[in-house]
Amino acid sequence: MKHSLLLSTALAFLTAASALAQDEIKVGEFASLTGGSASFGQSSHKGTALAIDEINAAGGVLGKKLKLIAEDDQSQAGQPATIVRKLISQDKVVAVLGEVASSRSLEAAPICQQNKIPMISPASTNQKVTEIGDYIFRVCFIDPFQGSVMAKFAQSKGWKKVAVLTDVKSDYSIGLAQAFKEALPKGGGVIAKETSYSTGDKDFKEQLTSIKAAKPDAIFVPGYYGEVALIGKQARLLGIKVPLLGGDGWVGDSLLKVAGTSLDGSFFSCHFSADDKSEAVQTFVKKYKAKYNGETPDDMAALGYDSAVILAEAIKKAGTTEGPKLRDAIAATKAHPGITGSITLDEKRNATKSAVIMGIGGGRFQFVETVAP
Amino acid sequence: MTERSKILLLIALVVCGVISYAIGHVHVPDDQGHAVTLIAKYSYFYDILLGIGISIILAAGLNLVNGYTGQFSLGHAGFMAVGAYGSSWLTLTFGYVLGASAFGTTTVFVAALIAGGIGAALAGLLVGVPSLRLRGDYLAIVTLGFNEIIKGVIQNAEPLGAQRGLGGMEQHTNFFWTFAFAAITIYVVLNLVGSTYGRGFLAVRDDEIAAEAMGINTTKYKVLAFVLAAFFAGIAGGLYAHFKQFIHPEGFNFLRSVDIVVMVILGGMGNTAGVVVAATLLTILPEFLRWFAKSDILNQAIGFLYQAMTPEHFAVASEKTKELFENRMILYSLLLIILMLTRPQGLFGNFTGKRNQRLQ
Amino acid sequence: MADKLLEFLQQLLNGLSQGSIYALIALGYTMVFGVLRFINFAHGDVFMLGAFAGFYIGPKTLALFGTGPSYPGAFAVLVVAMVLCAVIGIVIEKLCYRPLRERPKLTVLITAIGVSLFLENAGQFVFGANPQSFPELMVDRPLELPESWGKLSALTVTVSQVLTFGVTLLLLFLLRFIVLKTKMGMAMRALSFNPVAASLMGINNDVVISFTFGLGSALAGAAGILTSIQQPSIDPLMGVNAGLKAFVAAVLGGIGNLPGAALGGILIGVIEVLVVGYVSPTYRDAIVFGVLILILIFKPTGLLGTSEREKV
Repeated sequence: MKHSLLLSTALAFLTAASALAQDEIKVGEFASLTGGSASFGQSSHKGTALAIDEINAAGGVLGKKLKLIAEDDQSQAGQPATIVRKLISQDKVVAVLGEVASSRSLEAAPICQQNKIPMISPASTNQKVTEIGDYIFRVCFIDPFQGSVMAKFAQSKGWKKVAVLTDVKSDYSIGLAQAFKEALPKGGGVIAKETSYSTGDKDFKEQLTSIKAAKPDAIFVPGYYGEVALIGKQARLLGIKVPLLGGDGWVGDSLLKVAGTSLDGSFFSCHFSADDKSEAVQTFVKKYKAKYNGETPDDMAALGYDSAVILAEAIKKAGTTEGPKLRDAIAATKAHPGITGSITLDEKRNATKSAVIMGIGGGRFQFVETVAP
Repeated sequence: MTERSKILLLIALVVCGVISYAIGHVHVPDDQGHAVTLIAKYSYFYDILLGIGISIILAAGLNLVNGYTGQFSLGHAGFMAVGAYGSSWLTLTFGYVLGASAFGTTTVFVAALIAGGIGAALAGLLVGVPSLRLRGDYLAIVTLGFNEIIKGVIQNAEPLGAQRGLGGMEQHTNFFWTFAFAAITIYVVLNLVGSTYGRGFLAVRDDEIAAEAMGINTTKYKVLAFVLAAFFAGIAGGLYAHFKQFIHPEGFNFLRSVDIVVMVILGGMGNTAGVVVAATLLTILPEFLRWFAKSDILNQAIGFLYQAMTPEHFAVASEKTKELFENRMILYSLLLIILMLTRPQGLFGNFTGKRNQRLQ
Repeated sequence: MADKLLEFLQQLLNGLSQGSIYALIALGYTMVFGVLRFINFAHGDVFMLGAFAGFYIGPKTLALFGTGPSYPGAFAVLVVAMVLCAVIGIVIEKLCYRPLRERPKLTVLITAIGVSLFLENAGQFVFGANPQSFPELMVDRPLELPESWGKLSALTVTVSQVLTFGVTLLLLFLLRFIVLKTKMGMAMRALSFNPVAASLMGINNDVVISFTFGLGSALAGAAGILTSIQQPSIDPLMGVNAGLKAFVAAVLGGIGNLPGAALGGILIGVIEVLVVGYVSPTYRDAIVFGVLILILIFKPTGLLGTSEREKV
């Protein structure tokens, strides 16, 4: 009795995978739903899932509903390759969405490229990702652009000496810091002090103490909101009064809750702001909150949403889900009105879009300006 | 016994070669009617299959240390990392030194693999010599510490990609290399254990102080087991790197080490056959759970269990249950706890009792 | 010159504050090891549960003391969190470690790893993976140092830092009192020398072990609350790093030795801070492991530990 249950389960496992549903278009997604990067993976997944729901509610694409097959890579290296192989060879997806972390995108991209399945990353910022091949796209800006945005902003405010505080456990942070460090001197600025921390650290007083001694005009902190909030608080407690500057990693629910008023007077660049008064953004925020228990969407959610919508639009435009034609349609994305801005994919398959600079005042986000590429 | 096992090994290698050639060259039609190789059509299962082979090498090697010699090593992933990064750097730098032909590149690959293994063995020596004087929990923690240090070194090494990871390796790893090395690992371990060295390992495991009193150089045996296991871990790392084609320091962390230790425990410490089965099962398990969480079987089970609930409660409960099953880490950790509480001797227990009888 | 000295003193202060947290957690590790001879890998996650306990009960408990953050309110939350963590610790021991008393040490070590992974991942599942903002339990601000201290008055010391250090000292003395002056403490010490003899003397080993776990977990819970007051961003994985460093602290001081754990905690806190401030922050974690390895190679019994003769 036990044997036949085992056998039938095994058979089911092996054969189920090859069953096809003809009236659906399968879209694959791999994200870090658990593990160290769970907060980012979950956000991007929620945004993607919201987009797919909406598209299906509006009738789907090419007369068929989109079926999202989302897999968790547990934030672990080695899993994206397995997952993407499964999505492509077993689930027969027409395209793959993912991932947030550049290292995991870099792992999966060669497989998608080899199999001529388009891959759209919502938030991987490392330049190398799209360099893998012409089937690999991203809807976020790459580090060199964002780094230069903040460098120019610092210059415009007259902040010549800037300290840099990098998260060395995050290749996103390292990449952005690198870009900033290269761009700042071009505007006549100087790096006052460079130091670092790791994701998950709670205490930054040592680094801040040494930064304080260098007397910078501003501090560039291209990290994630979990740590940035604490950095802001501790900086003020140590008597550091200069503004903090950052990137899209700052966008997160708990940033201001934890930081309180300590980040007032600071600025960061991002794709998207939940406080943006435009109708498109507000509708998105409302729908997201309705679907996900009142949670406010962050940058990852907005990018996940945009990546899915761009894919759906491309399928419609191509009129087919065949690899090469779909790829061309995605590559032709021009001025797509995304939640994270007007997205155009350039010849390197990176998103050319404006960055938004947000300021913080009175414990709230305030829109400052848009910077075109 | 050694004569017979040599023949068995040769047969195994030939079989691996044949299978590897077959799956790489036999063409079958895919959904659109194009002719594709078996590997291309079933690339997901191929991925799992090679993963099994790599796990076998890791677990059989670690079994020598944790199982036969009774030392708690919790840092095996560190040696895998040394092999992975070492061999990757070598093939990325010297890949075409013997020409661009398949023969040339493959020779470089195998040489790099072995070099990676030797590098890992050296790391094993560096870690082992100072640590193996410690016992029990202390050794476990020190090996964990060395795992983190190796990871830390890689994270700060620019030529190895540091925190960005290292990619671009060519996919040299195939069925043959993976399972050939797995067969070799098993062959070496079994033969070693069946020899006088094996008696030495077991003596150290059973009662280290008594063994010393009998004149056995316990340090020598502990270090030998450790270094050999590290060598195989290095080979496994190299194979892994040239299959996934991208490696990252976080892929060789404490969790990975724990994975391998669990395989050794599940298999029955000191039971190579058991460990091979356990490695296979535990490699398949996450993928099985991935399928199971979305399967009809689970859906039906949920429908059955929650049938007494109101529709809204049912919706929420079934949603949460499915999410729970998709959370493979929670399931894995529960499995670990339950396994330790109910059957800590593993699936097959410890066969050394029988082994003793057979050798007499 | 004076600036450098000031910077150094500031770093030292930070180290003391951080070290107190490690000390509290380290005490739990060392007590459990002293009594049961095994390393409770899941201990760091109890620290995390303490922080989340404060997160959930904080607002309601504060409400009992009037509006807004207050010292009595914070104290109440601390006590409740400690009690909750004690219960959790006792439950874990009863369910997962007690059945394995007779088994080899590796088995219970792996079980502890399993419990730790379970708590972390279940935490992510239940609490959500995003960092949450810990409620403000008390008003925290830098202390106004008197002008008469001259240059020293430029140092930044916050109320919460002083509180952390103070509460740690208090709990240490309390612990020492329990261990040295009460019957239960005597039973704990007897158990750590020889469990068989202790039970022969009429000690109910199970009760004593439960008590030890409860006590250690309560201290971890206290550490969770104190740390969250200073750094109000909590997430289900926050116990991993802190737990590991506290473990190294316990080993540094001599595992099984209470004053050693406290000393080890402070030392690790200070070493960590000095390395980050003067060498490089990238080596923050590596240096802690380096210390661990050096200690285990050169003086495995730790700074204050005594050599154990292994009897055959």
